[in-house]
Amino acid sequence: MDITPPITKPTLSLIHSWRIRLKLWKRSAKEFLYDLLIHPTALIGSIIVILYILAAILAPQITVHNPENGNLRNRFTPPAWEKDGTWEFPLGTDAQGRDLLTRILFGSRISLIVGGVAVGISILIGSTLGALTGYYRGKLDSIVSRFADLLLAFPFLIFAIGVMAFIGPGITNLIMALIFKGWVEFFRLVRGEMMSEKSKEYVEAAKANGMGSLSIIVKEILPNIINSVFVLGTLRIGDMIIMEASLSFLGLGIPPHIPAWGSMIASGRDYMLVAWWVSTFPGIALLILVLAINITGEGLRDILDPRLKLEG
Amino acid sequence: MKATKILERVLAALPIMLGVAITVFLFMRLTPGDPVDIMMGRGGAVSEGEIEKLRSEFNLDKPLYTQLGIYLKDAIHGNLGYSYIQKYPVTTLIIERLPATIELAIAALIISLVIAFPIGIASAVWQNSLLDRLSMAGSFLGISMPSFWFGIILILLFGVQLHILPVQGRIDFDAHLSIKTGFYIWDSIITGNHVALISTIKHLILPGITLGAAEAAVIARVIRSSMLEILRSDYIVLARSKGASEWRVILKHALRNALIPTVTIIGLQVGVLLGGNMIVETVFSWPGLGRMVVSAIFARDFPLVQGAVMVYAFTFVMANLIVDILYTYLNPKITF
Amino acid sequence: MINTNNTLLEIRNLSVTYPTRRGEVKAVENLSLTVPAGGRLCLVGESGCGKSTVLHAILRLLRPPGRITNGELLFRGRDLRKLRAKEIQGVRGKEISMIFQDPLTTLNPVFPVGEQIRESLRLHQIIPGLSLPWPLDIIRRKQEKEIVLKAMQEVGIPSPMDRYSIYPHQFSGGMQQRALIALALVCGPALLLADEPTTSLDVTIQAQILDLMLKINQDHNTTIVMVTHDLGVAAEFCDTIAVMYAGRIVEIGPAETIVIHPHHPYTRGLLTCRPHIGEKAQQVKPIEGNVPDLTHLPPGCAFAPRCPLAQTVCEQGPVPLIQVEKNVLTRCLQPVDNRRDPSWTWDQIVRI
Repeated sequence: MDITPPITKPTLSLIHSWRIRLKLWKRSAKEFLYDLLIHPTALIGSIIVILYILAAILAPQITVHNPENGNLRNRFTPPAWEKDGTWEFPLGTDAQGRDLLTRILFGSRISLIVGGVAVGISILIGSTLGALTGYYRGKLDSIVSRFADLLLAFPFLIFAIGVMAFIGPGITNLIMALIFKGWVEFFRLVRGEMMSEKSKEYVEAAKANGMGSLSIIVKEILPNIINSVFVLGTLRIGDMIIMEASLSFLGLGIPPHIPAWGSMIASGRDYMLVAWWVSTFPGIALLILVLAINITGEGLRDILDPRLKLEG
Repeated sequence: MKATKILERVLAALPIMLGVAITVFLFMRLTPGDPVDIMMGRGGAVSEGEIEKLRSEFNLDKPLYTQLGIYLKDAIHGNLGYSYIQKYPVTTLIIERLPATIELAIAALIISLVIAFPIGIASAVWQNSLLDRLSMAGSFLGISMPSFWFGIILILLFGVQLHILPVQGRIDFDAHLSIKTGFYIWDSIITGNHVALISTIKHLILPGITLGAAEAAVIARVIRSSMLEILRSDYIVLARSKGASEWRVILKHALRNALIPTVTIIGLQVGVLLGGNMIVETVFSWPGLGRMVVSAIFARDFPLVQGAVMVYAFTFVMANLIVDILYTYLNPKITF
Repeated sequence: MINTNNTLLEIRNLSVTYPTRRGEVKAVENLSLTVPAGGRLCLVGESGCGKSTVLHAILRLLRPPGRITNGELLFRGRDLRKLRAKEIQGVRGKEISMIFQDPLTTLNPVFPVGEQIRESLRLHQIIPGLSLPWPLDIIRRKQEKEIVLKAMQEVGIPSPMDRYSIYPHQFSGGMQQRALIALALVCGPALLLADEPTTSLDVTIQAQILDLMLKINQDHNTTIVMVTHDLGVAAEFCDTIAVMYAGRIVEIGPAETIVIHPHHPYTRGLLTCRPHIGEKAQQVKPIEGNVPDLTHLPPGCAFAPRCPLAQTVCEQGPVPLIQVEKNVLTRCLQPVDNRRDPSWTWDQIVRI
């Protein structure tokens, strides 16, 4: 259905170093942009994600209110378009009289940091272990695989809640809890791919040329797997963000004084009858971000790795 | 032949369960905080003798591996220890709450399947139609939506604005249901209490939808994509060439094949269902296991948390075991 | 055209198109054919010439977006194109059956082979009686199973009792094709459409399957329309051959005449490009060039760009079917005169 097919694996398998591969990436950047254009949803998704990132970085500059302290006299000001609303607080204020829009903008920092860092470190740990165990097998493989199987026996959220229950709330703890189980999926993906790529001709050829096994892994095989990892990573950022918000909602994630969407929604829940906006808007912000990330991820999958079949 | 393979799967699940039990135990014992302090409520004014008594009562004075041994031995006998706070056996507390959770989970699963199957099938049959585009957009929304926020929005809409559905608890107080098993639907049917039955069903709708929405989205997508692939296959042409009607082709020949990947994803989704359970029970004040765990966490009632996490993990392993077994019946090509 | 008495199937001016991004693909254009009851007709051509499309069009099994744009499909005097969905479902499998190229992917992987054959019987109510839901239909199921077992026996599936309830992947390729034939024949159809039934099979099995189909044709007087790319198979099996090129029939006539005295240069090309045992490789002459783009067919003869004998007149306008011999029609303005072509030797035709 695509007019310009993405670079296919067989051609890649002939390419022998990251450097050539990088050059190819540059040359195919045009093709990639073109692919992005014919996947308009992916384009829109990535633009929205970039806007969120900008908002998170510039939050102190583009807001006028203090995100952590408010004036109680302003509490429960409704959104500007409602009766009694004012454009000073476009989306209204919460129980402590803090501006909701300001807190939402600052809250995007937590979501993006937690999602990005948790997925980034999960990829690092998972891919490294997966590449080593998938290529060398042996004792390390059986130990790590057993451990991964064990972690898979826990549903993700239950596991994160359990860990947070024991180590206590906090942003570092939260990221650690997410990584603790998050690496497993990347590990399994890379390990599986590594095992199947390992027996292909181009690896045999590299071996025959006297290449060391470590450089075969890094220079030959990893470039062929990286697209799948990248796509899976994008799709998992959204999940991690929802996970963070869920934990914060339960009071197990980010401490309540720091603006985070999950805890904002939780605090609004108590005032649902008098101030519907306190829960609603952080949720919409969260929904749009996760939606944009997922759309981007799906688009990237179509463009970069049509073979990959990930569900859920 | 099939029986021995199923037995193999069951036996393979046992070490995983053991590993789960050990992991949960170690997590609890290796985190800082003295359980005795928690039990005493940090009140002070407790004599050394009492503390020592408590320590030996909970086996806290013994080395870690002995504690683990005792713990595992007890767990096999169905004894998961005592709650620090409620001073009841953890098993009793969990069993008390379990029917509420199971009832909600089943309701959510039924709701998600009832939504997912027609939508998944229809959007595959009429690919690229308006219906397909709308339902796929909807499923994207379902996947990207945090369940706790969705629950709150439903409460705002149906409870606060429209006043048509209850938003808290399992049943109205004035339904006078005499509880037999803890499964309110079952109880109200066997006692012939229509009021209670209707009240229970009404109470199940919003939490059920909240919990089931994300499942429905994922399952519908899997059904759609596998149906699309199957509807292009040769055996569908054969079924048509036999003279089967279009609906028979779709519902018998295609769907039966699409069930294979669908059942796998449903098994995996049980994990999400269990996790979402804590959130949804908190949002809807549902007196189930999940809500109990959340309050136990804040009370630092670790034996209860530990026991509940084990029950969750055990349920998840069992669900996947059932999926594996179902698989052998759905897919004739299966060889373990 | 060949024998208008006792006609079972008559196709008049059939056109099928597949809309694509690059334009409409005219897979079949203005095709007319007559099949007498009890006859064996072969459609021969390269892949992509529209021969399978004709078969699928007859039963209205074209995959969307493909559709019949014109023509009549007269089966026993009824136009299949005009039947309602329910009526065509009654024809499929009961009066006209089809067998396919790749038996493994054609059989449904999740149902036992015997049950798949039995489904045809049930769909067409071959055993009359009340439609009781499963499992109340024990008696009827038993009767149906017996017919299935007989059909499996007839197509040469050994010990059908044991094989009734096993799954397609447990069958060998030849057995799968036999099962498909049993499935097609179990309701006793008058017409059997065979879409390259031997292509995916080993050569020895191919011959067995062809023998089986010949036997069916003789024992039950089942009319067979077969599609193949192999002129040798066609010559062996059929009484009439229709050669197709780019969606049109280019030559049609009795099998022996077509194989021994081909008039159309394309038919001749098909004959000389088949390798034969004992021949040296350089004697095999491939047809130069490729199958034309079906979205942009030349105005004249579609084969002209590849034809060694093409003249300017060939490219100017549509070429009609011309009668060159009794019962032989050729769509060619420069029919090959075999007797005068020195490079042509009759020994090159070897039967399988």
